[in-house]
Amino acid sequence: MADIVLDKVSKSFPDGTVAVQDVDLEIADGEFVILVGPSGCGKSTTLNMIAGLEDISSGELRIAGQRVNDKAPRDRDIAMVFQSYALYPNMTVRENMAFPLRLAKLDKETIDRKVDEAAKVLELTSLLDRKPANLSGGQRQRVAMGRAIVRQPKAFLMDEPLSNLDAKLRVQMRTVVSRLQKQLGTTTVYVTHDQTEAMTLGDRVVIMRGGAVQQVGPPQELYDHPKNLFVAGFIGSPSMNFLHAAVQDGELHTALGKVPIGDRVRRELESADAPRELILGIRPEHFEDAELVDDDTRRRGMEFEAPVDIVESMGSDKYVYFTVEGEKASAAELEELAADAGAADFAGAGGNLVTRLSAESPVAEGQTRRVWFNLEKIHLFDPANGRNLTLHEGRAAGALAD
Amino acid sequence: MSINATPTGADVAADETRRPAAVPKQRGGRRKPPLSENKKAERRLGLLLCAPAALVMIAVTAYPIIYSVWLSLQRFDLRFPDQREFIGLENYVTVLTNEFWWTAFGVTALITVVTVAVELVLGMGLAIIMHRTLVGRGLVRTSALIPYGIVTVVAAFSWRYAWTPGTGYLADLFSDGAPLTERASSLAIIMLAEIWKTTPFMALLLMAGLALVPEDLLKAASTDGATAWQKFTKVMLPVMKPAILVALLFRTLDAFRVFDNIFVLTAGGNETSSVSMLAYNNLIRGLNLGIGSTMSVLIFITVAIIAFVFVKLFGTAAPGSDDGERR
Repeated sequence: MADIVLDKVSKSFPDGTVAVQDVDLEIADGEFVILVGPSGCGKSTTLNMIAGLEDISSGELRIAGQRVNDKAPRDRDIAMVFQSYALYPNMTVRENMAFPLRLAKLDKETIDRKVDEAAKVLELTSLLDRKPANLSGGQRQRVAMGRAIVRQPKAFLMDEPLSNLDAKLRVQMRTVVSRLQKQLGTTTVYVTHDQTEAMTLGDRVVIMRGGAVQQVGPPQELYDHPKNLFVAGFIGSPSMNFLHAAVQDGELHTALGKVPIGDRVRRELESADAPRELILGIRPEHFEDAELVDDDTRRRGMEFEAPVDIVESMGSDKYVYFTVEGEKASAAELEELAADAGAADFAGAGGNLVTRLSAESPVAEGQTRRVWFNLEKIHLFDPANGRNLTLHEGRAAGALAD
Repeated sequence: MSINATPTGADVAADETRRPAAVPKQRGGRRKPPLSENKKAERRLGLLLCAPAALVMIAVTAYPIIYSVWLSLQRFDLRFPDQREFIGLENYVTVLTNEFWWTAFGVTALITVVTVAVELVLGMGLAIIMHRTLVGRGLVRTSALIPYGIVTVVAAFSWRYAWTPGTGYLADLFSDGAPLTERASSLAIIMLAEIWKTTPFMALLLMAGLALVPEDLLKAASTDGATAWQKFTKVMLPVMKPAILVALLFRTLDAFRVFDNIFVLTAGGNETSSVSMLAYNNLIRGLNLGIGSTMSVLIFITVAIIAFVFVKLFGTAAPGSDDGERR
């Protein structure tokens, strides 16, 4: 067990491409940290550098206080789980799990005992004599985990370990991974492109984009107080709604009407180089059917009317899609997010507004509905650099804050 | 289903319903399910489609084989055509009790074992180099394959000149006599020429096997604590095993029929004849069709036995690995 420190770690290739840029990260002993981001953001490269499977171009990597930049993977005492499971096809489950122990030259009795223990934890005991080819995806995944935990390494590195499983199994295995990590208390770095996995599993989440860290923090903090447009759009499902907002006469002109702004945001916007156009972000759950809002709440937000496009009833609440007119929000980050999610999944910047209303709302498709939204939960972003203007000392305070 | 004709819509539909019934048949191999009309027609079409190819095969391979077996059962010397008669297995007795045959057989076996073993090791090294090269990959691969691209006889002549005292640089460098006039050194040179010539082929086959080893598996082995050598022996070799066996089979069969290098380098002098040389000398030079054919048949049988052993080896030595690949 050990802490892992990345000190300005970078990776560049001979042809000049920079895969990872100045990543600073301190992972405490026993912590579960998730690296998440769209494909090509450098998360796997970062993990491979921690494992020693890729050279570090510059910067320093310390495991348990010791510089390991030039150490081979076998001397770093870390275990890795791969997306493809990477089980040795010629060995049985038992031999697969015993492999690292055999290489460490432990005696046969100890090996057998440790493998049996690990197999018990992962419910693999009955499968020990099978070859990987005769196992299901979930079973193979568990064997891969077993091979990692069996030798009690300083840290676990997991590279999208659940991505090859079907949806149901993935949810199951998620809890298995989570429980296992808590039980063993081993430092874990986990790479995924799935923001749900990132939100549910980790103590802390590191969001990466284009080789650089965007924001590091506990899942809830990233959700509530995103530092920039990219983080805001990446975390959350359905994703945050983004609208074009023009600054005019101390107000924001948006498709939802004129949004007032508080003193603090106004001060931000008074400087000479301040943007005249902003992107306004609201999460789906910060909308409500105007009929169902009491007066006290009503004062904290404002209302608009829009035609209902689609209603998806989830039982506990309703996802309602509204069609809104007006200019679309555009920024490099939003395009990237849309490309990564596939245009269908990322409605954030389109002409559609995704809202999450109470199940009691009598809303129906085709009608025009009056909707309230919470001004305290609004985020304003600078389209040029993606910065969240509503963030004050790491806290998002909405548009009205003084 | 023997040969797949393009399935019509009806065929495909029938295929769906047929499959459950067909499975036990394949496993057990005993009960034949009744054939539907559709399937019978498909089978007839299949037979018709492969008939031309089958006929050509029979004409060019089966006929010569059967004819040489027939010839090997006769006393048939073109110098004495009058004495031709059917003598049963007498030719086989003659050949198998002849010391020239056994000497040649021993030489062939020696060449086969030594060259294939050395080629396997060198070929593996070459394959890894070709597989791992990042810079100038095309150049490396091309230059590695040059020996294989040169006509064997041409290459053999250059080896001969190189080892001839007076004209050759190798002869002057490594010996003071004439190496191609002594048995041991002649055999060594023959094997050297063979190895030089066919190692690239071995490397090519092994490289196909290397491509089968997933990168993740090697990464996993690295983090599991394996050294480079352990990764090679414990992970790469087992995964490559099917490819290695195929490469060995091909090369063993080839090596056992070694001819051109010996023909050019020593012409079989100093007891360096291979069985193919011996068969050639009897058949073409000696015009003894009976004895020559007998030798050809014996070579054929030996090659068949080697192939049989190898194929059996696939079945018994690598269970499960077969399954693993299919998934």
